[in-house]
Amino acid sequence: MDEEIKKPYEEMDIDELIKSQPTDPVLYCQDLPKPSKPLGIYMEKFLNWARANSLWFLGFGTGCGAVELRPLMTARFDVYRYGIAGRPTPRQSSVFVIGGYASVKTIKRIVRSYEQMQGPKFVIGLGSCTINGGMYWDSYNTINRLDHYIPVDVYIAGCMPRPEALIAGFEKLKQLIKEGKAEGANHYAENFEWYKANQKKIIKDWNMPDYNW
Amino acid sequence: MSHVLILIGNALLTLFVVMNWGLIMGGMVRKIVGRVHGRYGPPIWQPYIDIIKTLGKRTSVIHGVMFFLGPVFRLAGGIGTLMFIPVLFHSSVFANFSFSGDLLLVMYFIFFGQLGMALGAGESGHPYSAMAVGRGLAQMTAFEVPFALSVISLAIQYKTLSVTGIVAAQQGGLLHWTLFTNPVATITAIIAMLGMNMHSPFDIVLAPQEIPIGPPTEFQSSFLGLLQTNRAIFTGAKLVLFMNLYLGGSSIGNGGFAGYAMAIITMMAKTFGLYMISVFVGVAYPRFRTEQSIRFFLGVPTVLGILAILIFWIW
Repeated sequence: MDEEIKKPYEEMDIDELIKSQPTDPVLYCQDLPKPSKPLGIYMEKFLNWARANSLWFLGFGTGCGAVELRPLMTARFDVYRYGIAGRPTPRQSSVFVIGGYASVKTIKRIVRSYEQMQGPKFVIGLGSCTINGGMYWDSYNTINRLDHYIPVDVYIAGCMPRPEALIAGFEKLKQLIKEGKAEGANHYAENFEWYKANQKKIIKDWNMPDYNW
Repeated sequence: MSHVLILIGNALLTLFVVMNWGLIMGGMVRKIVGRVHGRYGPPIWQPYIDIIKTLGKRTSVIHGVMFFLGPVFRLAGGIGTLMFIPVLFHSSVFANFSFSGDLLLVMYFIFFGQLGMALGAGESGHPYSAMAVGRGLAQMTAFEVPFALSVISLAIQYKTLSVTGIVAAQQGGLLHWTLFTNPVATITAIIAMLGMNMHSPFDIVLAPQEIPIGPPTEFQSSFLGLLQTNRAIFTGAKLVLFMNLYLGGSSIGNGGFAGYAMAIITMMAKTFGLYMISVFVGVAYPRFRTEQSIRFFLGVPTVLGILAILIFWIW
């Protein structure tokens, strides 16, 4: 009998911790994402119209951006009339709104949540911090360009952009979807290795599968 | 053979009418809630666009067999409930598969879909799903008590367990409706309906800001599309059942196109009125906690239900 004496989790370093996790193929997806082929032209046009008019967004309130997301639901701005609604689970939402600067710790969660969304999925970068780092451009702990890590369809500049700007950004996204130009999910699948390399360069404690479904 | 084909055709027609009415009603409710909040609100056809969008998703994730079957059971529960309720009285087209004693089967079918969904949501492994399933089953058991007591009162009053029989007994004018002949049972059942429709203060299952989305948290793409379709069908079926039991149903009269049109319009008006009770209570009251909700249903509504039975027992 060669029973291994298990170290308590607190004493393990990160590599040992990863190895101690169960690697059940049922629990973790081994397949990498594949680009999905569009259906026929007219079917795709019809579906794109539906996708554009039913935008369920997952608000990822990383920075101050979350403050600007909330008034969208209220009587003053009322985005429901444009077919936009919040959906607090990545499984069901189709738009991912990154609300500001993303620290190294947060980008890991952003990547996981983005990969859990079902395609076609779209990303809106809210605020200057997602474009070039904004006022955090030389911070030791935040990323500068969001589209090095996940594909971004629309950027909304400003610090912070007003809810009106956010609505304008959503309208721009609708236009892109209707024209069939918002293919971020396929772009991510096609350039998967490049995105993974960028992500792993910045995320040091990579204790998750390479692709989270 | 042709007899079976006609039955299937009739069933599909009923399904089509009730599903579309349920979806349009869902859209109208969103609009009304929006107006109460002082908003403009989404367009009435928004539920249709949402369903097309979710069905048109390109990828989906399956967590196991029961996860796959959960939405299927839910939809089967919704369609099954509808199939045993005569939607229009006197109509062979909309009578579906109703038979004597169908009321018990309908009450069972209301439970069936939720139990299937509970298993499916359990396999998804999301903690919110498990939490919401626990809350949902607890609340369902609680509101089933006043509803069952009210139905027993009707069974004593009309001496039948057939929905068609109960509707037939209410024909002949406004004052023959159960609403006027047995008001205590009606009030009890409408309070139970508030719990069934899952609007505030009884929206503890899909509780926004608390355990948002609830059991279907992990369901996406076409699974969610099935659940959204079922919500329309199931809501329609439940409201038609309540209309039949308490508001006199809707009769096609002498038949013909005019008779059918009038009956469908009557059905829409009555179900809409019933649903508005839930919606208005919903926009006016905040959410109960689970134990408050259960205590509520086992309190005054249960006493009213027992009273409704006693009145007809002693009569």
